[in-house]
Amino acid sequence: MKGVWPILIVDDEEVMCESMAAWLREDGYRVDTAPNGRRALELAKSTDYAIYFVDLKMPGGMDGIETMIEIRRARPDAAIIIITAYATVDTAIQAMKEGAQEYIVKPCNPQEISLLVSRILKLKKLQRENAILRKKITRQYRHRDVVTKNPRMEEILALAQEVASLRSTVLIRGESGTGKELVARAIHYSGDRADKPFITVSCAALSETLLESELFGYEKGAFTGANAQTKGKFELADSGTIFLDEIGDISPKLQADLLRVLQERRFYRVGGGEEIQVDARVIAATNKDLAEEVQQGRFRDDLYYRVNVIEIRIPPLRERREDIPLLAEHFVERIGHELGKDIGGIAEDALKLFIEYDWPGNVRELQNVIERAIVTCHNGMLGESDFAWLEQRLGSHEPWKVPDVPLSELERRAIIAALERKQGNVKEAATALGIDRSTLYDKLKRYEITR
Amino acid sequence: MNTFYIVAVGSVASEVLDWLDTEAAEWFPFPVRRLPPLAIPEGWYDAARQQYQSVEVMKALAETAPRDTARLLGVTEVDLAIPMLTFLFGQAQLNGPVAVVSLCRLRQEFYGLPANDGLLRERARKEMLHELGHTFGLTHCSEPQCAMSLATHIDLVDTKKERYCARCGAHMARRLAAANGGSI
Repeated sequence: MKGVWPILIVDDEEVMCESMAAWLREDGYRVDTAPNGRRALELAKSTDYAIYFVDLKMPGGMDGIETMIEIRRARPDAAIIIITAYATVDTAIQAMKEGAQEYIVKPCNPQEISLLVSRILKLKKLQRENAILRKKITRQYRHRDVVTKNPRMEEILALAQEVASLRSTVLIRGESGTGKELVARAIHYSGDRADKPFITVSCAALSETLLESELFGYEKGAFTGANAQTKGKFELADSGTIFLDEIGDISPKLQADLLRVLQERRFYRVGGGEEIQVDARVIAATNKDLAEEVQQGRFRDDLYYRVNVIEIRIPPLRERREDIPLLAEHFVERIGHELGKDIGGIAEDALKLFIEYDWPGNVRELQNVIERAIVTCHNGMLGESDFAWLEQRLGSHEPWKVPDVPLSELERRAIIAALERKQGNVKEAATALGIDRSTLYDKLKRYEITR
Repeated sequence: MNTFYIVAVGSVASEVLDWLDTEAAEWFPFPVRRLPPLAIPEGWYDAARQQYQSVEVMKALAETAPRDTARLLGVTEVDLAIPMLTFLFGQAQLNGPVAVVSLCRLRQEFYGLPANDGLLRERARKEMLHELGHTFGLTHCSEPQCAMSLATHIDLVDTKKERYCARCGAHMARRLAAANGGSI
């Protein structure tokens, strides 16, 4: 494995080059040597060395520092270790200033060199892994990978592309599971911030105080357990994008804080007195009707207008049924591949079932349903029988038979079913049941139903 | 190309050479022979560092190797070093026939402790296996108990066992079988 990390030793003394090269080769590295800076540069242009050992004092044109500067010009990520027989603080400082990774005085303890090399390579490995993962992520979230042929979705994607390189705040609305984060990522990764961080915060998952320190970070000692100064998500998203999911769920206090950040692009860490400036593009998402929330006095109108500069509304899956077969095929292929199962496709009868179903959990539910079916599928083709449980949920194939239970039990079941359909939203469940909210609350209490 | 030679570089305690003879005969499918000791010329000594240049020792060993050398192991009491490193326990040609082991830092006396023959014998055998492993193309092994693990400190030599790990051992067996015309 070490062979993939070539090392170059640059020294005018052949004995020094060759003996060090031999020692590193015994450790499994591919090692080249160069007697001067010019040759080193030639080699650096054709091979991406993981580490350069460069002698500080070399006769002729280029000394160690110059060689290092030239190598760094050709290979900005090069890890360079400056070697010298004379330990002088001045040259050490100069070497480090010009970007040397390390500065060693020869002769050097073998253990020290061995640790130094493995430390640098560990970092290189992480950098490479990071680059690969970043590529993977961006590839995954390009616009063309959003599977659709629905005209409204296509409009949304065109809009996302248009606003990608703007700094304006975007509000993405849509039911849960419609792909709000996917669209947010598509915006980020097709804009000029693509190589900068994309930071996600789920505002609904955290309590007010936790969310506050999550967003803004905190100073050491700001509260019990704040053992070290910690950066918040806004700081981490600096020069990139911060995605605030479920923004409709944040408390009035945080709404005020957020408004300040959006207006002034600066904030304080929790317990901190130093103002911090950030340049983070904000994309917010919600499954609530924020205008309605504003009317009800639960969401600040000034924040709403700040957030809602560009609004994107993603339709629920049941409003774009033509995408269901496309998405289903897409998930079968992707999940099958991920799970290492060779699935040929989905049979017509299963697709028919899919199109009829209402998908309250939207695309995410479709994805989960297909994953579950693939896990249990044994014959290489997903048919209606693989989704029998879905058919029961669909429930439209057989006339409903009234179960032989007391009326109160029927009511209890109807309420639970309504809550499930509306993902625990009492207001919507009440509307669906044709009763008002306070009545529903009374009944929840009576039947001891927890949301 | 079938003899395993052992040669003292400078004066070396004869019992150590005897141990290594026995060990070499046990491990390698070649007849083991002793060459007359090599004298150490003054030019190999680095007065500033009070050490000997390993590169020169290796060069001289390569020149000494008889025609029928399968492997040539030099053994020395002097402290070896290369310009970049403060010391070496030994050195070898990767995939080449020549290797050297220095006993200097394998001796307890070097660390100001009373002599311990048993420990010296163990360490010398480990270092011999290690350097010869390199001559058969093995690089350092991440298994700390394997003779091929990198020792940058005497404690790490003592952590090793006097054997190769399963993977390095399999590699050696293949290479030795090939070196011996596939007869073992």
